[in-house]
Amino acid sequence: MATLTINHLHKSFTFGQHKREILTDVNLSIKDNEFVSVVGASGCGKSTLLSIIAGLEPYDSGEVLVDNNPIYAPGLDRGVVFQSYTLLPWLTVQKNIEFALKAAGYAKNESIEIAKDHLDLVNLSAFANVYPNQLSGGMKQRVALARAISYRPKILLMDEPFGALDAITRNQMQELLTKIWEQHRLTVLFITHDVEEAIYLSDRIILLSVKQKGIKSIFDVNQLRPRNKTTLSSTHFISLQEKILDEINQDID
Amino acid sequence: MTTSRFSKTSKHTSQRLFTIGRPLARQTMLMITISVFGLLFIAWWFATTYGFIQPIFIPSPQAVWQRLIVLLENGTLISDIQASVYRIMVAFVISSIMSIIIGVLAGCFSVGRAIVEPLVDFIRYMPVVAFVPLTILWFGTGDEQKFIIIWIGTFFQQVLMVIDATKRVPPDFVGLGRTLGMSESKILFKIVIPSALPAIWDTLRISLGWAWTWLVVAELVAATSGLGYRILLSQRYFQTDTIIGYILILGLLGLVTDQVMRFLEKVLFRYNMRSK
Repeated sequence: MATLTINHLHKSFTFGQHKREILTDVNLSIKDNEFVSVVGASGCGKSTLLSIIAGLEPYDSGEVLVDNNPIYAPGLDRGVVFQSYTLLPWLTVQKNIEFALKAAGYAKNESIEIAKDHLDLVNLSAFANVYPNQLSGGMKQRVALARAISYRPKILLMDEPFGALDAITRNQMQELLTKIWEQHRLTVLFITHDVEEAIYLSDRIILLSVKQKGIKSIFDVNQLRPRNKTTLSSTHFISLQEKILDEINQDID
Repeated sequence: MTTSRFSKTSKHTSQRLFTIGRPLARQTMLMITISVFGLLFIAWWFATTYGFIQPIFIPSPQAVWQRLIVLLENGTLISDIQASVYRIMVAFVISSIMSIIIGVLAGCFSVGRAIVEPLVDFIRYMPVVAFVPLTILWFGTGDEQKFIIIWIGTFFQQVLMVIDATKRVPPDFVGLGRTLGMSESKILFKIVIPSALPAIWDTLRISLGWAWTWLVVAELVAATSGLGYRILLSQRYFQTDTIIGYILILGLLGLVTDQVMRFLEKVLFRYNMRSK
């Protein structure tokens, strides 16, 4: 079981004398094995929300619960994939994954095996002994993904993980993520500014608003899985995409 | 090499040489370097041999060479180098260890920065040479006084650069450590320090150059041995050949230490290389 619940979350930033509300009264719950995306115009606080859930950012009031237990700090129950890859450059690809496993308390032999399995999962076994500097952006993010799920966090938090990738690589990554998600039954919170990406990947889409400083609407993507590129061009997908983009545009004006 | 592919496409040599950011082939690079040194040497040789400059001001290359051979054979040169290298090594190692420990801590923890940064910023603008009379009063003219002068000259610069190197560790690296449930000390030793190390190494390499300068300053004022001392002594007897010879040797020693640091950098931080 892996559920995430957020109750009456408030968050503000202080700039000098000014206090600016970013999130007001955010309520959200993510079911076990659910894939939820958060979209919204820039500045709506989607990355802040993720940082709060990860435990990396303090908040004013409210509560964040994982499996109904309140969380106050970062922990191994929540794995994070950052946009900036965050592979440690002095460690090989294999060692980068082992690094996380060792921190999570796995024995050395076990770490080596699990790391190998997960490199295989993201099709990078051939690059096990290469340093991150020699990898492309897409490869780096595959390693980061493998690392984040290797120690089996309850919830996977992804902060615009494919934002820096080119369109083709991004599509490959989306397919890979869907495949892994289907195989491993993960609970995922995915931040993105790409509405099409959100629809392709998610069960539900949360729209955060700059004006309302919180959740404006929630969309159910009740489309059959597995999905492929043709599902993306279905009328249901396209009308949903237009609806979400409309709401985002209203928020910007 | 990509250079050869580039050079075929451009028609003119000038176009090839004066494109911003375009790399040169290793051989071309080496040739240019040797030519620059060669030209300067020929100019020196020409000006002194044909009497454009009096030997009392700038002696000829031959004279400098002969003088250096004499000093090498009677052991003066070696003992001077030994004295100077010993001083710079001790002072530089002490300064580096101190600046790394203090700099990393100050870079990580705001409390440390509040204590260290304003003070260091203040002291580093004080002229090092002004400390020379004071240090002689405190420590006499022995090695300790040289250590102190080199330390004052390098430590305060180093510590600021180490703070900067530590601050430039990507926040997401620290965030990664946190999400993996690592303790602050583990994050410090397993993430922050390894991540800052290449920039710290660079700081050491650059500050080693300054350390050489402060060494000579210290030795010029008050010493009984060392390269700087010999230069001052030679001035009294108008031995410009010794002075120039020693200046060249100082340049050479600096160049050698710099190249050693660069080489070690390549070995230590191999992972930063893009291709093998």
